[in-house]
Amino acid sequence: MEKRRFKVGLFIPCYIDQFYPQVGIATFELLKKLGSDIGYPLNQTCCGQPLANSGSEHEALGVYAAFVKNFRSFDYVVSPSGSCVYHVKKHYDILVGSGLVPDEDVNKVRNNIFELCEFITKILGVDDTCAYFPHKVGIHQSCHGLRGLGLGRESELAGSGEGVGVVERLLSKVRGAEIIELSRKDECCGFGGTFSVFEPAISVSMGRSRVSDHIANGAEYITATDVSCLMHMEGIIRRESLDVKVVHIAEILNSSLNE
Amino acid sequence: MSKHSKEGKKFLSDKSKASWHDDTLWGVRKKRDRAVSMIDDWEVLRERASSVKERVLDNLEEYILQFENSARNNGVIVHRAKNGSELNSIILNLLKSRGFTRVVKSKSMLTEECSLNHFLEYNGIEVVDTDLGERIIQFRGESPSHIVLPAIHLKREEIGETFHNRIGTPAGCSDPIQLTAAARVHLRSKFLNAQAAITGVNFAVAESGTVVICTNEGNADMGLNASAKLHIHCMGMEKIVPTFGDLAIFTRLLARNATGQAITTYTSHYTLPDEDCEMHIVILDNGRSERLRNPIFRNSLKCIRCGACMNTCPVYRRSGGHSYRYLIPGPIGSIIAPFGNCQNVSKKSQNNQNERIYSDLPFASSLCGSCSSVCPVKIDIHNQLYQWRQILTRKKQVSPIKRVVMKFVGKILASHLLYSYAGKIARLAIRISPRVLIYNRLNAWGLERELPVPPKESFNEWFRRTQKS
Ligand code: SF4
Repeated sequence: MEKRRFKVGLFIPCYIDQFYPQVGIATFELLKKLGSDIGYPLNQTCCGQPLANSGSEHEALGVYAAFVKNFRSFDYVVSPSGSCVYHVKKHYDILVGSGLVPDEDVNKVRNNIFELCEFITKILGVDDTCAYFPHKVGIHQSCHGLRGLGLGRESELAGSGEGVGVVERLLSKVRGAEIIELSRKDECCGFGGTFSVFEPAISVSMGRSRVSDHIANGAEYITATDVSCLMHMEGIIRRESLDVKVVHIAEILNSSLNE
Repeated sequence: MSKHSKEGKKFLSDKSKASWHDDTLWGVRKKRDRAVSMIDDWEVLRERASSVKERVLDNLEEYILQFENSARNNGVIVHRAKNGSELNSIILNLLKSRGFTRVVKSKSMLTEECSLNHFLEYNGIEVVDTDLGERIIQFRGESPSHIVLPAIHLKREEIGETFHNRIGTPAGCSDPIQLTAAARVHLRSKFLNAQAAITGVNFAVAESGTVVICTNEGNADMGLNASAKLHIHCMGMEKIVPTFGDLAIFTRLLARNATGQAITTYTSHYTLPDEDCEMHIVILDNGRSERLRNPIFRNSLKCIRCGACMNTCPVYRRSGGHSYRYLIPGPIGSIIAPFGNCQNVSKKSQNNQNERIYSDLPFASSLCGSCSSVCPVKIDIHNQLYQWRQILTRKKQVSPIKRVVMKFVGKILASHLLYSYAGKIARLAIRISPRVLIYNRLNAWGLERELPVPPKESFNEWFRRTQKS
């Protein structure tokens, strides 16, 4: 595929970097396959969301500023995490006017950051990543991607609208993959960042319902745009030895016949 | 562990009841989805409702004056109460001066807010809640666990037992039809003997001075029309809608969004006093003006109390309404509770106290945002919870340990060097430590979940090793 003219900065969130490097690698390889000119700033850390969602957005300002400095030279910033992307778009407003980094850099990064699937469909204009994944897959719609970034149509909203979300659009083109329907289409998995440790009982109960919904409807795999949701559900699946696996959407879209 | 977290855990420990609670309320959410899908312009309607409410809040005092004038011209007596104790004494005086001691009351979260029942009972007045759910919890001495379905935390066997003890239904009877029939007989005698009737108000139309009351049981109308000669309608100052045209938007939204009905069984308009009857309206502030002046939380006053944010909330459904310990539970309750307008006084110190008591509520959410999307007046509920978290942390209403940890984490995450070093150590620690060191009571994540299996190499390390060019 021919090289695209713009430069794409790859943001690999902290927990993916540390615990799920394979998701970062799949994202990197996939974007390369699709012809993007990718850069990965080596000094990146985190978007600051764990702090801000706990009420300490003030302590996160330094993290925000470091993020903007790392990514301001790129035309686009892409990340395999809807939640982090949403956080940068929605909550970096407090960085504007703070004097820590120029406002135009903040705004440039906020306006040009994309979740991976959205970037592939909307900016690269690709629907088919020529992937092969012969399994029954359930899509867990991560809340921040769904309701925050509008990656799909929320079940709460009535009437017409863009019917098929970006994840479904890409996944439906994957050879061999069969998308299963869930009883509760887009209920939260209960991860919620630090919510998962401050309200462990409720969080796990939500996760368990989510996993059961997938199992009851015959999923072999649960996929999502966010590793955080998957990490939480995987924690429950492994503890209870349940018969379903988790896989990030980037890993599916990057899989090929030879694997 | 926060209070909500403890209470939620307790609620979940009765597994079958907890899953019944979750399923039942999810069922209400599904009914709501079906009902709203039949309205072509539902999203337009929400937008309109929101803008009408915004307009009302922008000019609230003018609209209240207009409403007061219209009502007075109709021969209605209008009172204003600054706080709960003022409302309570206005009502007590009305009753006492006429020598009345028997009151029926239809559903009103506002009178709950002022603890009116306790106050009147303490002063020798019999108050009978005539909404079935409210009557059940009144019998049991409990508070509502949901604003539309106040007894949703009870299974019918529990209600059967309460009725057996209180109104003599056969022991072991939990058949809803029989129980409802018994309640009807019981309430009928109360209606026929009541001297005064108190109601809540869903909407107050400024142009005509009309109060609109929506019920499914017709109990407000029974109370007003059976024998009571004194009618008292209690409303929050935010209940105003300018015109009947505006009202039509809300009557289309309310029941559909609340229970999936096209409209409540009774939507009654009261404008003029009945012959031989006095009609009073009490308009309550109780901290609302203060919330109105707050740019972040102001628009929570748009709430029409449909309860949909509770039905859709995955946390509420699993923790139960009482885990919030505030009269309005769930997402919207978590915004209002720290303000503390439930108190009979609204002094500054009182508010700080409420911030402390309810400081855990804005954190009792995964911030999934379903509440905001289901809200018929488009309150940005989850965003307000996020903002409360920032404010409560700034005001030091969260634990000092948490604040120190967050400061520390902030420093680490701002520097790549510290971050990658900390990450390396964490991964190594998880890999080599014996299981008991990692999985113990201190690790809330690990109580019922496994930690991820840490890889030898981070993505960053992989990239440096393989891609350096
Ligand atoms: S906040 Fe919105 S959804 Fe919740 S009760 Fe009020 S109007 Fe209904």
